[in-house]
Amino acid sequence: MLEIKTPKTRRAKRVIEKRAPKLVENGKKTLILHGTKTSNVLNAVLTEIYHLKKDNSVKYTRRNDNIRPFESGGETSLEFFSLKTDCSLFVFGSHSKKRPDNLVLGRTYDHHIYDLVEVGVENFKSMKSFSYDKKMAPQIGSKPFFVFIGEGFEGVEELKHLKEILLDLFRGEVVANLNLAGLDRVFVCTAVSSNKVFLTHCALRLKKSGTVVPRMELVEVGPSMDLVVRRHRLPDDNLRKEAMKSAPELAPKKVKNVSRDAIQGKFGKIYIPDQQVGETALPYKAKGLKRERREAKMKGEANKQVVKKPKQDS
Amino acid sequence: MEEQQYQIDLGNLMAFDSYHHFPSVPCSREELVNECLQKGTKLVQAIADALFNLPSTEDLDGPIVTLPPPTTRLPREKPLPKRKPPTKWELFAKKRGIRQHKKDKLVYDEQTDTWKRRHGYDRVNDDNDIPIIEAKMTDEPGEDPFAKRRAEKKQRVEKQEKHRLQNLKQASKVGALPSHVQLAATALPITGMQAAPRKVSKGELENVAGMAATATASGGKFDKKLPGEKPPKHEKKYRKFLPVVEGSGMGSLERQQTDKVLNKLISKNSHEILNVEKAVNMYNVKKDKKRSRQQGKSSSTSSKMKPNKKSFKKTFKKGICKQREVKMKFICLTYVGSSNLYQVLQVFYFEGDNVLIVSFVKSFLGQKGHRILYLYQL
Repeated sequence: MLEIKTPKTRRAKRVIEKRAPKLVENGKKTLILHGTKTSNVLNAVLTEIYHLKKDNSVKYTRRNDNIRPFESGGETSLEFFSLKTDCSLFVFGSHSKKRPDNLVLGRTYDHHIYDLVEVGVENFKSMKSFSYDKKMAPQIGSKPFFVFIGEGFEGVEELKHLKEILLDLFRGEVVANLNLAGLDRVFVCTAVSSNKVFLTHCALRLKKSGTVVPRMELVEVGPSMDLVVRRHRLPDDNLRKEAMKSAPELAPKKVKNVSRDAIQGKFGKIYIPDQQVGETALPYKAKGLKRERREAKMKGEANKQVVKKPKQDS
Repeated sequence: MEEQQYQIDLGNLMAFDSYHHFPSVPCSREELVNECLQKGTKLVQAIADALFNLPSTEDLDGPIVTLPPPTTRLPREKPLPKRKPPTKWELFAKKRGIRQHKKDKLVYDEQTDTWKRRHGYDRVNDDNDIPIIEAKMTDEPGEDPFAKRRAEKKQRVEKQEKHRLQNLKQASKVGALPSHVQLAATALPITGMQAAPRKVSKGELENVAGMAATATASGGKFDKKLPGEKPPKHEKKYRKFLPVVEGSGMGSLERQQTDKVLNKLISKNSHEILNVEKAVNMYNVKKDKKRSRQQGKSSSTSSKMKPNKKSFKKTFKKGICKQREVKMKFICLTYVGSSNLYQVLQVFYFEGDNVLIVSFVKSFLGQKGHRILYLYQL
């Protein structure tokens, strides 16, 4: 026999429904945690990432002995935490002699590890070390701009991967409507060399320029750091295909007879029913076309007895 | 021309300059940061050019633009939700062309002349509200119609639950179970498969072993002990002798015990046969309505009824008999042997206090050897 397990309270039901798979997903939540050993730098990095994403992230403060994302069997408890906290992004910090100030950024799909990138943190500068007008400080949860500079993000596999993960990590929720007054932060990522990325967080100042578009000014507010890519693991092809699926319900409906062109824009086809020439009403009816007359004429030709009607003056 | 080379994703507010190349790594950190910020400002300006030129609507907080969907495709967090397969009923209804119509929440109840809810508490046509069932010739002897009704209802509910479970099982096979429902197998339903043996705890084992050990006539006194077995917790039999001589206090205990058992039996029987209180209540309600209607015709003082009603309710709950006239007539029937025949045992006419009726019927049930099957209200 089967037993049905349902939540006992309304609240529990709401929580479960919130976590269920959806057509249009919520913003991804981030889990921030660390391994057995962390350095001061790493602690600060993790805390500041948490501060940047305070609205939708969970930070664990205990040591985790058995999390090793790249090794088989080392991901079980990470996947469990992801399920427990409903997070699909994670930032895992660890510090060892071989890999000092190590940061593993990764994503999960259906609470199983999707992909991983391991970076080392160098030249870290915390938020506190920057001095700026506090009025400009970005609001929590505001939609950030992203700037990626450098050919490395296209040419080098690892950096390309890192770019995608950084974008996923910091972009927040996908929105349809955006308030332009709320734009106040930029993430600037620069590929300095083939394995090094300079990442910094800037506040945005909108200045009047006289036109509709304001003049943008960046003020560095931190944190800023160099990320040196170490190991990375791309997603499995099948898994990737599965995860990239989009809902057929959400695809825009195909509009009939309308096509678009890059140069000429929108095209429309109009179908007009076949014109029935024979049945159109003529503006002038010739007398000779009248049927009786034609028939009469035919008859007259046969009989040779045509009685002519007196012609009326027109 | 320069802006053409940037890749801009407006949905993510992202710009990417794929052609920028550092000719030589700047020697100092400050130089690098400055260069990055300058380049970044350019790119952000490029995004802003596109963004601020989108059609916007003015709001109190600022202009609001509609962003296009992101062009950079990122993986989903969880798989796409699957559609639930249709239930057996839905399939059947589709085949037959049955469409669901919305039903009103409130239904008129003729018994009480009020509007009542269709389902739930205080519902209309509630099975439990029926005080009297008419006897039919086809009724089987010795069968309690009230119990039968309840059993049938229970069966229907169970059947529906079974169907619901089956539909859920189907949904779980496809992987489209509603998120708040989880199916947990308590035992495998497939024939030929055995359920996984449950692990018995140490305490449970000890309890069972103790029970078995003391199940002899001597209470396990002369049995051989296994190595490591503990002596039973309670060695002697549980017996308690009450004083034989009657008296007050302990002396009246035995009498109290027997009284208790008898009372239980009597009250149980009376409950099975007729919900007397309910019957009387319903009768009273009807009577009240009738009277109020008559009064309304003659004097139209409906407000007069209210305090009266209140006082009655109070007294009834407390059980104090306040004089209240009730006229009723009951025929009490009993069975004759095993044939399907009813015999009129006694006819009662009641005219008087309602509490009196209740007490009378109760006493009748207790005293007589016959069982009353039905009470008819004439």
